[in-house]
Amino acid sequence: MSPDATGMDYWVDLVSAVFMVVGAVMSLGAAIGLLRFPDLLSRMHAATKPQVLGLFLLLAAIGLQMRTWWVWPVLVVAWIFQLLTVPVSAHMVGRAGYRTKHLHRELLTSDELEAVVQKAAAKTAREDDSGDGSKK
Amino acid sequence: MSRRRISLRQELPLLVWLVIVWGALWQDFSPGNLLFGALLAVAVARLFYLPPVELSGRFNVLYAVPFALVFLAKVVVASAQVLYLAVVRGPRVKNAVVAVTLRSHQDLLVTATGHVISLIPGSLVVEVDRSTSTLYLHALNISSAADVDNLKKEVRAIEAGLIRIMGTKEELDAVRLEASA
Repeated sequence: MSPDATGMDYWVDLVSAVFMVVGAVMSLGAAIGLLRFPDLLSRMHAATKPQVLGLFLLLAAIGLQMRTWWVWPVLVVAWIFQLLTVPVSAHMVGRAGYRTKHLHRELLTSDELEAVVQKAAAKTAREDDSGDGSKK
Repeated sequence: MSRRRISLRQELPLLVWLVIVWGALWQDFSPGNLLFGALLAVAVARLFYLPPVELSGRFNVLYAVPFALVFLAKVVVASAQVLYLAVVRGPRVKNAVVAVTLRSHQDLLVTATGHVISLIPGSLVVEVDRSTSTLYLHALNISSAADVDNLKKEVRAIEAGLIRIMGTKEELDAVRLEASA
């Protein structure tokens, strides 16, 4: 891109350059978050959010640079699959992490799930003891 | 396997989506390719039979477009916020696990709400209680009870937005009543 370039190409190049840099910064942010956050659950935040936006910006930059309409459907499908799968994987990891106590309780200001999980665990233990699954 | 068959009308969104994916992957939207994709979609939907997703039968585009734009803006805000917290707060960040009870008992709406709030600022679904449709969220940067209340309000607002887009008639009436009160 030459400095005196004007018109459409100049703007397309400029926008895709900005998208790429910001997208890369977002992925860097996810990496920093993974290193600096204290426990598994807060790390999952870093692994989900900046990464989704980073991918969106990089895909948009690709779409702008390719300049053919038929790449857009693939890029959109790729991003939609990302949107659908990222929360699910974060939920599965988060759920397993919470139950196996991979979290720093002293960093929580409130916890409305603990009582529920303990109650369920106590109920399972009772049912195991009595050997009677029908007991409520 | 003697599952209840679902009507073509209920299956149509899934088939259309499969055809779009097929066309996108081949990067070819010519009628012949789409027709072959449609045949494959029907075959796949018949062979790998999934439990049907209960659609409410309404979809409001007028609410969906602004919702999608606000969602995109929120994804940007969320990413910036997580980036800021990662760099500035890091190990000293304060969190909370919050229970939010939703209005809707439809699987599709609970799932959609869970997906949206996992991608917007500060929250992540840790646990779902399907029988009471309660979401347990892990929230980043929560230091007071007021923050917890704000988060709960925001999640319920998002659910209301989704109900306006594709909730059932009864749910929609409940949301309208709540909004007018």
